Amino acid sequence: MKAADAAVRRLTRRRGILPGFRLTFGFTVLYLSLVVLLPLGALVLRSTHLSWAQFAAAVSGPRALAAYRLSFFASLLGALINLVFGSVLAWVLTRYRFPGKALADALVDLPFALPTAVAGIALTAVYAENGFIGRYLVANGVHVAFAPAGVVVALTFVGLPFVVRTLQPVLLDLDPAMEEAAAVLGAGRLRVLARVIAPAMLPTLLTGFALSFARALGEYGSVVFISGNMPLKTEIVPLLIFTRLEQYDVGGATAIAVVMLAGSFALLLGIHAIGMVGRRRPARSQVVA
Amino acid sequence: MNASSPSARHSLPPALREPVLVRAALIAVGLAFLALFVLVPVAAVFTQALEKGSLAYLRAVLQPEVRAAMWLTLLCAAVAVPLNVAFGVAAAWAIARYEFPGKQLLNALIDLPFSVSPVISGLSLTLLFGAQGFFGPWLAAHGLKVVFAVPGIVLATTFVTFPFVAKEVLPVLQAQNADQEEAALTLGARGWQVFLRVTLPRIKWAVLYGVILCNARAMGEFGAVSVVSGHIRGRTNTLPLQVEILYNEYDFAGAFAVASMLTLLALVTLAAKKLLALRAREVRP
Repeated sequence: MKAADAAVRRLTRRRGILPGFRLTFGFTVLYLSLVVLLPLGALVLRSTHLSWAQFAAAVSGPRALAAYRLSFFASLLGALINLVFGSVLAWVLTRYRFPGKALADALVDLPFALPTAVAGIALTAVYAENGFIGRYLVANGVHVAFAPAGVVVALTFVGLPFVVRTLQPVLLDLDPAMEEAAAVLGAGRLRVLARVIAPAMLPTLLTGFALSFARALGEYGSVVFISGNMPLKTEIVPLLIFTRLEQYDVGGATAIAVVMLAGSFALLLGIHAIGMVGRRRPARSQVVA
Repeated sequence: MNASSPSARHSLPPALREPVLVRAALIAVGLAFLALFVLVPVAAVFTQALEKGSLAYLRAVLQPEVRAAMWLTLLCAAVAVPLNVAFGVAAAWAIARYEFPGKQLLNALIDLPFSVSPVISGLSLTLLFGAQGFFGPWLAAHGLKVVFAVPGIVLATTFVTFPFVAKEVLPVLQAQNADQEEAALTLGARGWQVFLRVTLPRIKWAVLYGVILCNARAMGEFGAVSVVSGHIRGRTNTLPLQVEILYNEYDFAGAFAVASMLTLLALVTLAAKKLLALRAREVRP
């Protein structure tokens, strides 16, 4: 009966008993094409105006290579910091009760809501030589502002909500029966964490990490203030694109942008793949149980 | 509160709880991380803004250039948000209620602006509408200016805030089946009536949620807007761009004063978000 019901629903849906398909679908595709696809298409099309040699020169100069390296490793480090401390924060926010919890939970979203330029000047003020934290660091010879470490700090800030917000709902849905079973069978808390909770959370951890990493790669506003923007040293890829454009090197800017766009797409596909594996995983373990 | 609510977790049996010291240590580590990266910078914005007294603060905030930037910021949000609401609801309706080939692709494409660096979005618009862009000569011939002018800034804002409403409304529509809409149709309601009387009340919180997030990003966008703005004082500067200008002129008190307004906007956004989440939970049966 249920199968027949579903079949009927599928049929009626496809035939479109509800009105408005043409209107909503048409508007969606038109608006998407005009606002998003047309500009991005222009970017890709413009890059084909370059000869292969021009393209290669633009994307593989020493300045570009240094920028790729910094963007990649600073984003990676920021995402790793978020993975470790974001996991602790997500755990604490879902499992424990303590004063100020609701406020802490709300604050996690701040990096989403705070304009990146504001984050940039605020972090710079905090980590500069006379800043709240910077004065102690600089006294000990650690430079964060106007150094690669500053890039990591800014990218950690912008990626902070992703790990926490990805983990929270999954942690809440985790079946306590599994942990109970492990405890009854004699496993200590650490062992339960390592053998029961961590494996169940692995796809989610990876997704949160990848989202945080992807967000960091494209970030511009918060980094330009704290990094000092020194070519070869503290110049990230988006800044290099902007600089090329301001130097009227439109071809160079486009070439680097296309490389970066390709990287982002690859990452996006990766995140989708992790999501798909993650969705399949619990179903399988339920069958085993 | 029913048994499945999050707070039920606190009554876990002792075997599933960590020792008190471990719990305290984890809470301390988590909160220290949050304080270091979120609370301290926000506090810094306000202390820096008020460093030279409240009079200097008011003077900085009421400068004509800042007021012009405020109007432009409001204009950007006033165009981008309604457009993206219309798109978000239409896209969510089309994807959630009908079957068509390429649905997955459409779904993925809607997310695209999130994964594109803001600088690349700005660059794309420049390649389209700039002096050397594809439409550049045509625009110049007709005396129209998009890049380094207000239309470019509005377009860039629309681009970066594109997915917000669709992302919030789609899962809510997908979670409900079309039974109520179909019932309304069989009872003789017209298409628009069905939408306004049946669908809209069920998705209004999701739409509002999307509006809040979309608005916060529209008013706060920096990278994409920066590329297409040209930084013409009092003409093409939004509030975040004004922050940058003041900061680069070493007018730190002024920069942080403007930044504090944007920070207040962010805090109001978070509060509204929290309220909506509570409200939505109440409404749900």
